Amino acid sequence: MRRTLVYGAALLAVICGAAGVGADDGTGADSVKVTLDTIWVLVAAMLVFFMNLGFATVESGFARAKNCVNILSKNFIVFAISSLGFLFLGWGLMFGDGTGFMGLKGLWFLTGADNSPATGDAYKGVYSAISWTGVPLLAKFFFQLVFCGTAATIVSGAVAERVKYISFIIFSFAMAIYIYPIVGHWAWGGGWLSKLGFCDFAGSTVVHSVGGWAALVGAMMLGPRIGKYGPDGKPRAIPGHNLAMATLGGFVLWLGWFGFNPGSTMAANPTAISHIVITTNTAAAAAILSATATSWLLLGKPDLGMTINGCLAGLVAITAPCAYVSVASSLIIGLIAGVLVVLAVLFFDRRHIDDPVGALSVHLVNGIFGTLCVGLFAEKSIAQAVGGVEISGLFFGGARQFVVQLIGVAASALYVLVTSFITWLVLKLALGIRVSAQEEIRGLDIGEHGMEAYSGFQIFITQ
Amino acid sequence: MKLIIAYIQPEKLNDVKQSLYRREVYKMSVTNALGCGQQRGYHEMYRGVDIEVNLLKKVRLEIAVNEDFVEPTIQAIIEGARTGNIGDGKIFVVDLLECIRIRTGERGKVAIG
Repeated sequence: MRRTLVYGAALLAVICGAAGVGADDGTGADSVKVTLDTIWVLVAAMLVFFMNLGFATVESGFARAKNCVNILSKNFIVFAISSLGFLFLGWGLMFGDGTGFMGLKGLWFLTGADNSPATGDAYKGVYSAISWTGVPLLAKFFFQLVFCGTAATIVSGAVAERVKYISFIIFSFAMAIYIYPIVGHWAWGGGWLSKLGFCDFAGSTVVHSVGGWAALVGAMMLGPRIGKYGPDGKPRAIPGHNLAMATLGGFVLWLGWFGFNPGSTMAANPTAISHIVITTNTAAAAAILSATATSWLLLGKPDLGMTINGCLAGLVAITAPCAYVSVASSLIIGLIAGVLVVLAVLFFDRRHIDDPVGALSVHLVNGIFGTLCVGLFAEKSIAQAVGGVEISGLFFGGARQFVVQLIGVAASALYVLVTSFITWLVLKLALGIRVSAQEEIRGLDIGEHGMEAYSGFQIFITQ
Repeated sequence: MKLIIAYIQPEKLNDVKQSLYRREVYKMSVTNALGCGQQRGYHEMYRGVDIEVNLLKKVRLEIAVNEDFVEPTIQAIIEGARTGNIGDGKIFVVDLLECIRIRTGERGKVAIG
């Protein structure tokens, strides 16, 4: 009883303390809003952070047992690399005030002037592009950081089972420092694309396509895994070693997306976050069904790998338009995304672009599709109430937005293709990007790390 | 009747199967094996501590054949499994005393073929 009283008193003190801070700022209501918004933004960011586990398990499940340690290592280290890269310079380039191309102020270590959580005209600082959200600077930073980490980790899947560990680590650093933040500045940091009216609510282009283009260049420069194509040039199946782990990852990513999309409001706005949760979930559900149906009809059996990829495809596709479209539209977007992802997997296989986990089909193809969906399905009333912008898509009377979305897709493609090509090329010349054939055959776990994922088990693999 | 036992590199199994098929040898048993020969395994580390001799992953093939098929089978395995590097594997040929097909009770050459 006494203990309860003590706790009660402590709680009361905290509440009064919070109110006291509010009184300094002017009104108590503002302070409560800042507190709630901050909690929402941080919880959402933590969900997005959790997606690292999703990527780790999806990718390692879809790969072979002999490369499992390597894939898990890549996924673990990539978030550490992005955290530091984004802190050193990435954040400043993305959100610092500057030109239409890149940020110039407050570049290093978040050292620019800032008086968050002040917003609008009250904001006095150098990160004005993100001053619309009333949360402390470090909450903004953490939320944006986990997005940067997601873009970097997308590359990991497409280059899996053959990339050199050290080259991948350095490429991830490049992603966090100058590939992701520049496109991010254009779209979200007050750059030229945002001035043009380009809309990408939670990052179909900024996060997923950017990661996808970088992954495409990596996969093409590495070439296919040994044994992926027969002497006749036909693709061969290289089955993943643990679909239980891949399924776990699929669910973790799905959960993480409830932070990714609704969290991008960066405010606990009840109408907006509820709307976005439902558009996000509806698109995922529709895409799961359409991807499963497509694989069933096209390939003869309902392929679990395609079902999981379908879910992710729907989530990526709804990422840009989640705050601008109706729930009915999100259903249509999801249905199309699920079909697209299966066709894209078959397409890349035939083009001899070896992508062991389907990262290109999920993040690149559906990232582009989702971005264009803003220009097709956006409805003015929803965009205004949920997304805070006045736009309408082609199907709802606005042709201009579609053109703007196309420009955004093309510009980000060009920038990422060029910069990631140069980065991969320099790495190739300096360190090499692919492990030796002998190492690839025995597995990167032993070659790169000198250890196995399933010590004590006999793994029967002949490819 | 002979029993041909071969230890090969796992990634060569597909090539060996194909060269066996070309010589009309369709029946085989394949199991997972661990072992080492001249290479003496490989080196591994676990959390900073050495693990010295590790057995390498191999595949063991067992094929029972009649006399006419002994040479073609050996040639097929060599053709499919040879890279010229240490670790390509070995083939053992042993006499087979009897062979019985469980379903019919047939014995000897008919049971193998």
